[in-house]
Amino acid sequence: MVKITFIQPDGTSQVVNAEEGLTVMESAKMADVPGIDAECGGACACATCHVYVDAAWRDKTGSPSDMEEDMLDFAFDVREESRLCCQIKVTPELDGLVLRVPAKQF
Amino acid sequence: MTAQDAAAAEATECIETDVVIIGAGPVGLFAVFELGLLDLKAHVIDILGKPGGQCSELYPEKPIYDVPALPVVTGQELTDRLMEQIRPFNAQFHFGERVDGLARQPDGRFLLTTDAGTRFLTKVVVIAAGGGSFTPKRPPLEGIEAYEGTSVFYAVRRMEAFRGKNVLIVGGGDSALDWTLNLQPIAKSLTLLHRRDEFRGAPHSVEQMRALVAAEKIRLMIGQVTALHGGDGVLEAVTVKTKAGEERLPVEIMMPFFGLTMKLGPVAGWGLNLAENLIPVDTEKFETNEPGIFAIGDINSYPGKLKLILSGFHEAALMAQAAQKIVYPDKKVMFQYTTSSSSLQKKLGVK
Repeated sequence: MVKITFIQPDGTSQVVNAEEGLTVMESAKMADVPGIDAECGGACACATCHVYVDAAWRDKTGSPSDMEEDMLDFAFDVREESRLCCQIKVTPELDGLVLRVPAKQF
Repeated sequence: MTAQDAAAAEATECIETDVVIIGAGPVGLFAVFELGLLDLKAHVIDILGKPGGQCSELYPEKPIYDVPALPVVTGQELTDRLMEQIRPFNAQFHFGERVDGLARQPDGRFLLTTDAGTRFLTKVVVIAAGGGSFTPKRPPLEGIEAYEGTSVFYAVRRMEAFRGKNVLIVGGGDSALDWTLNLQPIAKSLTLLHRRDEFRGAPHSVEQMRALVAAEKIRLMIGQVTALHGGDGVLEAVTVKTKAGEERLPVEIMMPFFGLTMKLGPVAGWGLNLAENLIPVDTEKFETNEPGIFAIGDINSYPGKLKLILSGFHEAALMAQAAQKIVYPDKKVMFQYTTSSSSLQKKLGVK
């Protein structure tokens, strides 16, 4: 299992045991992480699984594809560290990953 | 004109039909087929401008792998095939309309009204509204609700309302670009704000927009809105955050284009039982707590419910049997297969 920490806007955090091969969004949904809506179910079509990747992890999660960049236009308060977590695959290298959930997904 | 005459005149403007289907997603479309085989005429209403619902709006190019007999099909292909399959039944479509009102009439039928003013009198209502109606995303800016309809607009109903105004358009897709190009000649000033210096819109529109920027006819800002300023529904300025810092931009009109999201919408006000924004139904007829109103597809709930397109198809078939009994209470129901029944094949236009 890969441990991923989700930090809410109010500072509370939750550690999720993510299964390799799933997406980070799917792992968050299974653990009922608040603020990960994933309205479209992971099709990179809604921008409601928006997260901020902690600076220390941005090399390992990589940068968004063109499709994801386009979809990020539909998210709010997009920053350099923004990702849609349905597009991040859980790999052993991500053990310890820290993600911040935005105040609102829309 | 007496009240009776007025009532009669109103009634004549109504579209009378057997069934109104709310939602033109795959399940609503297949309901036309199942109802059609049983001689029930349907009108289909959808808030989007085209059929397919989520399939065409959210994932037209994405593959679906669990539709029986189609190992892989895209959302758009599935929609196109369903439209072909239901063509023999001549359902009438009302796109770009949202059903706002639903009320039972003294004769037992239902009166439906849309936001465009279309009225229907129908014996059966089928709610196939999926995740709800697609509505524009509202940026989570404090107090934005108070400006909606007066200073903040998600669509343009009347361009004249923007004449001589300082307009801010937010977004980077075709809607944002099209309205930038259309409103620039009549607005006092126009600012286009997008989070990055790349635009998803049609290349020709992007070129035209860049030309207007070069000619200093519009201003392009890269950043985002962080606060609204004004009062009594009248917007005076917004705070824009860019890499250079924060700037107070005086604007009277803001148009945010951040795509669509699904909201249950007016369905919530129709007196139906709801459970966590879903409509509970039985699993024999998929009828709601209100006889004659059915709910099929993603919007319903029952023990064991799976939000799959194929489940919605099954629900449509059983709903149609129950709807037939409402529309033709005295008709003897005979179950038939399309493979062998000459009467069904005649309806399908293959015989």
